[in-house]
Amino acid sequence: MAEEETELSDEQKKGIAKWFIINAPAGEIQYVAKDLKSVLKDDDVYNEAAAVAFPIYNKSHLISLKMPGGYGDVLVTSYGELQDNEYLDPKTAQVAIVDHVKQVCKGVRPATDEELPSPYIEEYRYALEAELLKYAAEAYPKGSCSVYCTNGKDVEGPGSDFEFVVVISAARNSPHNFCNGSWRTIWNIVFRDDIQILELKGKCQVGAHYFEEGNVQLDAKRDCRDSTMFQGPDETATAVVYLIRRHENEYMASLEGSYLDLSDNTFKELRRKLPVTRTLFPWHNTMQFSLKREIRKNSESGSCAISERHKSQFP
Amino acid sequence: MEAAMGLMRRMPPRHSETTLSALLSLLPRHSSDLLSQVDLPLQVLSYVDSGKKFILCEYNRDADSYRSPWSNKYHPPLEDAPYPSSKLRQLEIEANDIFTVYCEQYYEGGISSVYMWEDDNEGFVACFLVKKDGSKTGQGRRGYLEEGTWDAIHVIEVGPEEEIIRYCLTSTIMLSLTTDDVSSGTFSLSGSIRRQMNMNLPVADGHLSNMGKMIEEMEGRLRNSLDQVYFGKTREMVCTLRPPSEVVQMRLPSS
Repeated sequence: MAEEETELSDEQKKGIAKWFIINAPAGEIQYVAKDLKSVLKDDDVYNEAAAVAFPIYNKSHLISLKMPGGYGDVLVTSYGELQDNEYLDPKTAQVAIVDHVKQVCKGVRPATDEELPSPYIEEYRYALEAELLKYAAEAYPKGSCSVYCTNGKDVEGPGSDFEFVVVISAARNSPHNFCNGSWRTIWNIVFRDDIQILELKGKCQVGAHYFEEGNVQLDAKRDCRDSTMFQGPDETATAVVYLIRRHENEYMASLEGSYLDLSDNTFKELRRKLPVTRTLFPWHNTMQFSLKREIRKNSESGSCAISERHKSQFP
Repeated sequence: MEAAMGLMRRMPPRHSETTLSALLSLLPRHSSDLLSQVDLPLQVLSYVDSGKKFILCEYNRDADSYRSPWSNKYHPPLEDAPYPSSKLRQLEIEANDIFTVYCEQYYEGGISSVYMWEDDNEGFVACFLVKKDGSKTGQGRRGYLEEGTWDAIHVIEVGPEEEIIRYCLTSTIMLSLTTDDVSSGTFSLSGSIRRQMNMNLPVADGHLSNMGKMIEEMEGRLRNSLDQVYFGKTREMVCTLRPPSEVVQMRLPSS
């Protein structure tokens, strides 16, 4: 390679560093960060890139951080973001102050009245969250969830629309077993006052990474929709969580189905386990020399002809 | 370099080309190490003179030209380029023909190429490559896959001519597949795996038979491993994150 290689500008290096951080698999960002720092050999560039990229990573992965003071966990999401590093935990009405790069919660403060929803909204939010917590505790052994009001939090009573977002995030990191994974669901719920209907839009995203002497990743996602009647807080909570549970169970079943299909069918599209003859390839067989001649003759007529001929020669 | 390889292992396999080019621009002095240690999905070229497609890789490249295993010519044409000896070329021709049939049997399509060259130890090196596009718009016969690729690179170092010859095989498989439908959404698996196998085999059985059997066994093993172990582990992880509902119902005593 030539001696006068164009040295990358700091801006370019920062862009690359940001890309690595944002695309790191779930649960592996600290390992990626360490390797990245080695490769960059420039701590200033790394720090600047990290300051921008870590928040993006943390929010997209819906990471869960422990709050000091016994308040439990807070989810880092764009829905609960009050400021760059302040995140509301609606459950406890606390605001967590977060260090994105270190991925820890530095401190907690109570939320102000302006940051919290009105009592009318809170009634709905609280009921939904309570029901959701029961569901999440059964379905997601290592999960966290929150319900945020993302629109209309100051609505005082019936007559207006408002919007909630339900976030469920579960992650499992087993670096010693070379395996990590995450499950994230986000449900947008619009309470339509005019037609007295709740419109639900769900998005599930599942990822898994196994990397013992290899590197395989699963990346699966699904969108779904549903709706239910706009009722009082408790009835609505029960109905919504019933729908969420049903859709998520269905998705789980379809994931299992995809895996079962994989072994039996889908993988064959890439490579069969054995040829149609159900025997190993006859490397020694002299027939193959006449097969060579067949192929040269039949090179235009497509693969079916060759398999047919081969089948007839190896009953 | 270790850190660079660590990043290659962790970043999503579908982004391996982007990851590699990012690393190459950050570590220009390590470019030859990176290029030799990292495998990327294979590229295919098709030329009018022989009309047959062939696979591009480091082993048939000289400068910016690539040698076709069918015509034995470099494209674009090149002066003073390396060629295998005529004896080795005969073996290479036979290998390409037989490997094509093998690929038809296992891959129901796909493109294969075999390249050979003499090495410094009086033996030679052979590289068997397969590229299959299994998507429904490609050569997927059953139409399951929205997207699906399998790239196999088998490099065999063959020891000098004796009664018993040593064969050292290093195989890399890279694959990715995606299914997409309205009810189950997008389901995507991708990854790569690399293994080695050494065998001492009698020269009397013939190089092609010896190498062919090693490759067949290795591909079978890797395919099974990917299917059962690797994909299996990701499935296990999903079930750990959200145990299937039958399990959940059993655990509900009072709610």
